[in-house]
Amino acid sequence: MSRQSHRLPEGGLVERSRALRFTFDGRALTGHPGDTLASALLANGVHLTGRGFKYHRPRGIYTAGPEEPNALVTLGRGGRSEPNVPATTIELFDGLEARSQNRWPSLGFDLMAVTSALKPFFPAGFYYKTFMWPRAFWYRLYEPIIRRAAGLGRLADAPDPDRYEHGHLHADVLVAGAGPAGLVAAREAARAGARVLLVDERAEPGGHLADEQLEIDGKGGAAWAGAVAGELGGMENVRILARTSVFGRYDGMTFGALERVSDHLGETGGLPRQRFWTIHAKQFICAAGAIERPLIFANNDRPGIMLAGAARSYLNRYGVLPGREVLVFTNNDDAYLTARDLARAGAAVAVVDTREKAAGAEMLPASVDVHYGHAIIDTGGRKHVHSAIIAPLNGDAGHIGGQPRRCDLICISGGWNPTTHLLSHLGRKPAWDNAIAAYTMPDPGEGAHVAGGAAGIFDLGSALSDAAGAGRNAAGACGFRARGKAILPALEGTQAYGVTPLWRLPQELSSGAKSFVDLQNDVTVCDLELAQREGFGHADQAKRYTTLGMATDQGKLSNVNALGILAELQGRTLDETGTTTFRPLYSAVALGALAGQRRAGEFAPVRYSAMQDWHEKHGAVFTQAGLWMRPYYYPRGGEDFAAAVNREVTAVRTRVGMVDVSTLGKIELKGPDAGAFLDRLYTGGFSKMKIGRARYGVMLREDAMVFDDGTVSRLAENHYFITVTTANAAAVMRHMEFCHQVHWSKLDVQFCSVSEAWSAMAVAGPESRDVLSSVVEGLNLSNEAFPVLSVGEGTIGGAFARVFRISFSGELAYEVYTPAGHGAGVWQAIFEAGRSSGLTPYGTEAMTVMRTEKGHVAGPELDGRTTAGDLGLGRMMSAKKDYVGRWLAMREGLEGANRLQLVGLRPVGEEGSFVKGAHLVTDPRATGPDASQGHVTSAVHSPTCDGFIALALLKDGRARMGERLFAVSPLHGEEVEVEVTDPVFVDPQGERMRV
Amino acid sequence: MRIACPWCGPRPLSEFTYGGDAAKTRPKAPEAAGLETWMDYVYLRKNPAGRHREYWHHGSGCRCWLIVTRDTVTHEIEHVALAAPQMREGKK
Amino acid sequence: MRYSAVSLIRNAFTGHRRWPRVWREPEPKPAYDVVIIGGGGHGLATAHYLARNHGVTNVAVLEKSYLGNGNVGRNTTIVRSNYLCPDNIAFNEHSLKLWEGLSGDLNYNVMLSQRGVLVTFHTPAQRDAAIRRGNSMRLNGVDAVLLGREEVRKLVPIIDFSPSARFPILGGLLQPRGGSVRHDAVAWGYARSADARGVDIIQNCEVTGIKTGKGRVRAVETNRGSIRAKKVAIIVAGHSTLVAGMAGLRLPIESHVLQSFVTEPVKPVLDTVVSFGAAHFAVVQSDKGGLVFNGSLDGYNSYAQRGNMEALEDVAAAAASFMPCFSRLRLLRHWGGINDMTMDGSPIITKTPVKGLYFNGGWCYGGFKGTPASGWTMAHLIANDAPHELASGFTLSRFETGLVINENGAGPCPGRH
Repeated sequence: MSRQSHRLPEGGLVERSRALRFTFDGRALTGHPGDTLASALLANGVHLTGRGFKYHRPRGIYTAGPEEPNALVTLGRGGRSEPNVPATTIELFDGLEARSQNRWPSLGFDLMAVTSALKPFFPAGFYYKTFMWPRAFWYRLYEPIIRRAAGLGRLADAPDPDRYEHGHLHADVLVAGAGPAGLVAAREAARAGARVLLVDERAEPGGHLADEQLEIDGKGGAAWAGAVAGELGGMENVRILARTSVFGRYDGMTFGALERVSDHLGETGGLPRQRFWTIHAKQFICAAGAIERPLIFANNDRPGIMLAGAARSYLNRYGVLPGREVLVFTNNDDAYLTARDLARAGAAVAVVDTREKAAGAEMLPASVDVHYGHAIIDTGGRKHVHSAIIAPLNGDAGHIGGQPRRCDLICISGGWNPTTHLLSHLGRKPAWDNAIAAYTMPDPGEGAHVAGGAAGIFDLGSALSDAAGAGRNAAGACGFRARGKAILPALEGTQAYGVTPLWRLPQELSSGAKSFVDLQNDVTVCDLELAQREGFGHADQAKRYTTLGMATDQGKLSNVNALGILAELQGRTLDETGTTTFRPLYSAVALGALAGQRRAGEFAPVRYSAMQDWHEKHGAVFTQAGLWMRPYYYPRGGEDFAAAVNREVTAVRTRVGMVDVSTLGKIELKGPDAGAFLDRLYTGGFSKMKIGRARYGVMLREDAMVFDDGTVSRLAENHYFITVTTANAAAVMRHMEFCHQVHWSKLDVQFCSVSEAWSAMAVAGPESRDVLSSVVEGLNLSNEAFPVLSVGEGTIGGAFARVFRISFSGELAYEVYTPAGHGAGVWQAIFEAGRSSGLTPYGTEAMTVMRTEKGHVAGPELDGRTTAGDLGLGRMMSAKKDYVGRWLAMREGLEGANRLQLVGLRPVGEEGSFVKGAHLVTDPRATGPDASQGHVTSAVHSPTCDGFIALALLKDGRARMGERLFAVSPLHGEEVEVEVTDPVFVDPQGERMRV
Repeated sequence: MRIACPWCGPRPLSEFTYGGDAAKTRPKAPEAAGLETWMDYVYLRKNPAGRHREYWHHGSGCRCWLIVTRDTVTHEIEHVALAAPQMREGKK
Repeated sequence: MRYSAVSLIRNAFTGHRRWPRVWREPEPKPAYDVVIIGGGGHGLATAHYLARNHGVTNVAVLEKSYLGNGNVGRNTTIVRSNYLCPDNIAFNEHSLKLWEGLSGDLNYNVMLSQRGVLVTFHTPAQRDAAIRRGNSMRLNGVDAVLLGREEVRKLVPIIDFSPSARFPILGGLLQPRGGSVRHDAVAWGYARSADARGVDIIQNCEVTGIKTGKGRVRAVETNRGSIRAKKVAIIVAGHSTLVAGMAGLRLPIESHVLQSFVTEPVKPVLDTVVSFGAAHFAVVQSDKGGLVFNGSLDGYNSYAQRGNMEALEDVAAAAASFMPCFSRLRLLRHWGGINDMTMDGSPIITKTPVKGLYFNGGWCYGGFKGTPASGWTMAHLIANDAPHELASGFTLSRFETGLVINENGAGPCPGRH
């Protein structure tokens, strides 16, 4: 355990009485509750925390917030290992383990830093200009090297053990940011009566107040913020979410936010790790504050160089003195607070100000020198800055390489950028405000407000009165009128700001050394100059060409400086150049959090029929059909797939079997126009069908392709029942609703999906009547009383059952429908009744074999590209009525010899087998666009035919019966000679189902 | 995006399915319409940048088809109505 | 200036201060032989091949914004020719062959990375469809390999092969020559090459009208004045119906937003481009280390280059489920591109009823990978006033005849392709 070398004896919000142990790259260190990893590292004198992406130069902690470009670490280990976390956002906990990234072999000694010496050969976009010759070298040598250098941290190598939640929140007014402006805005909106949601990314409210030495209402900033938050927390209409970042704004006043529920605890303790909130608000107040921007000069990236506001934060919030010999380099008055506070804490401080005078200088103690009209033009110190060269701004090149001044901390401030990202996510562009030299959002758009630093108001008193107005306006827009005057705290004096931008040093003061604009992606002033020279001067083009702003901080620090430099190079104003587009996410969010509970096995729901337990108990192997799990086959003993399926098919063809068809879509229709409505949906007519009858039906899309097929039954005069395929159940229902509500709303029909309300099973085989007759009561199943395509009702074991004499297998068969609650019981009852007949449960594969034997089409044939004519169903297309798909079926390309038509295939010779997906060719060596004459859609081994059979779609197929072709699967290296046959292999006259 | 369903109130996008341009109406006299009219109905779209009347189906709610007037550039929704005229009357 | 390692080193000694503009910034001339509306990948490729293959150089490319602002810079950079319909296979295979020689052809490294494109399948029915597609590719001379579960595991070990996976992997169809290309470089490389051959590339030049007379195209009106042209090509996928509408054309196209997503950069974990067969989800790891995803269309007509959270949630759920190590990986940014969605999922490259006016669009999801072949065949169409055989099926009339090229069978419902 080490002493914290840079921790002050008092001050800040850290709890010095408790020590928290943590490690960084294996080194054991301590901090305190209230620390971030960054403040704890600085307290121990550690600045060096990372390496640049491209040149691998040593980098230190640069900010005190989520915009941190340098101090990215990998946290935790195993499945909890998390790369690229800004040390500035990690609340310290006992036992925290952090590792530096993107260095080899170590942070202190990184061999990849050799790239820095080669910098002259690696300007922006160098890779576009080389590595082209010889061609093979690109993918064998150059690209692998580039790829190996890619990335920052390493991903976890085990599954994430933590849990994530997703919730919705509704509010009248959403306030993003609980800094002083957000607190005041939220209080005013809440006092008016609005439901307020106040969200802040930090653990405690107050924003930057704890970074400052100031008094509000006679209290310290943090104490005042705590008091206001306490007051708000006591109001019923206010909810405060801490450790929560609003990361995106979307259409219809919808926002995405991430709450870090237990990251700061070290272990989740049963809590979810993070919670992803979808927030619905009526009004939005953006009070997200402002982010300081750097100043740019040679070697401005060394550890020990940080933003002035960050230094103040480490000092005042965390009680850490980040340096003892300090240079404050600024172009505005705000950084004078840093100089003052550091000097008060005992550091030796000098100010280098690019301006000729500064209002802020009044607050400085006498010990602090101010160099007006000067700039830092270079620095020294490899792993930590140890010196700087200061030169007059109107100086000459003679100063380069001049006398360095000793320092161990350089605080820089190039001004402040209001954080308006969330207001831009819907495409609104900010405008340049010369008075504060920053982009602001003067018109945040309908329903949105901007307050405080985010509005570009940097004097606290003005910011608060503005924020109070925003809060009252937002509440007012929701219909809540504020009573009385706004509550505003007492403040002393105003703060000067007076920024004069300096985008880059004059040419004379720029040494050849690198001046970084984007620290993480290592984009320099030279790179931007090159982009401009080569014609990539547009803000977005420069970004794409140099990769500026594309690092993990998404340009929060670099964008405006880059725009300023480009504007200068182009001789234009920042108003004219415009900005790049701010896109969500404002701050990065773990994919696991966005997925919520939809991970692994919970990625999508699983659907089971009511008979699932029975299937499991009887050893079914399952297959997926959309979201459904369906019995694929039921192996017995040591049976393999083929043996089991052959047995199941044979059982149905010779005795009796039963299959679960509950997954079929089922729709009931009632009303005087139900029949007329069905006439318009299907190619065939159903309004004249007799009561108690069922028939096969085909639906087309309006472009004449087959959409779906199934059965239509008439249960009563004005009552129909239809089944649709498992795959299309939802789509058909939606289509029917469209047809009824949009095309034919005058038809008097009502319909409802009853797919989940009914269990269904098909009982098929020569003995199916005997089996069913023994359990069905109230329904005579004799061939005379209940011929093919009859529909009737009865009971099975007391449960209501609708029985349809419909056959998919081609055998004598019945479909039995019963309310889902009775599904398992009815299935069991039939199974018991069939015991003496050897009733065999069969799965979807046996069903496929039998429907293929019968030439019945299913999913592989109904692939959205086939017409009824292609499938041999042309005779079902009525010429007497209007129906969906009729009128475009008459197009020339949908008829004639070029169509792929349904045929059967048998191998020539005895050994041949097929692959589904094989193509049909006349010459097995043929290639090219015309080689394929069609393809095998369904292929099975048929025990009934004692060999392989297949259905195929073949060009002009019906005219080619008896022709010999080859079924080839180059993927498998297979070719089989086949003969084209009729698609019906078994019982072409359909006699077996009529017995 | 949220759509204010006339029956169910404002609901998230995930509850709806898009149905395309509501300016398209199926030919009233289908047989007389001719290929060109049918082609136009099934295939051709104005696809404006700006105000667009379009069908949406509230599949996870009342299962009504809606006609939503929405801006295709800003995504702002100006108006939502039930597509079926008899339902519109019922709603009044 | 020719680009090479030698020129790079030579310029290093002058501080890279002597690199010229990559393309000139000319004022528009009053008239051109060919005016190309749209400075995206396809428009620039068309200009390049017009000059290179047909010697037509009196050409202007008009771009309303800056070069590369459109879909060429907003896609997931994947190139492949693993299609089902023969027209699409032949076209995209030609494209892939052009990609393979493009860096040399343009003297600009577009960083083609042929690390393979894998489509997984999860059910027997999906496997059969993959076999049909793979065989279709092989019969058309395209590389395709069928992988079993263990081979997929070897190739992409970070996929979830645990028993808890909701949609266990059965196998996959791999196109080894598929891969990715640095998208921006495509626009810049084509622009540089076309410019060097004399083509005028004019940025910030928005077309406001197309003038026709006596059945012929005459000129385009722009915010920088009227420009006469013997031939005009509309190549503005995403905004096709708007520009074609200026000439009175109506199209079977809707504009839909497709979002792309990128994570923070991490050390390489994924060499192959993978498309998840159980949901709309594809992923590629870029040379910078970011994982780039896309999912399905947001599902409504849109001209906003951004989408909504529903698609974000779906993609995140697929990512974290399909590749569980992504759970703690953070998403950095998402954005939208405007896709020209046709009524059959295939593109349109065609003459129009107006003489001298040509149309190229309707790229659906296939725009980026099709860029070289699109430029190649479009240049042929413009130069010869007759379609290139590789694009001869991509007509408007296919909807009248019914000979549509319906790649996924979804029918005239553009949002579902």
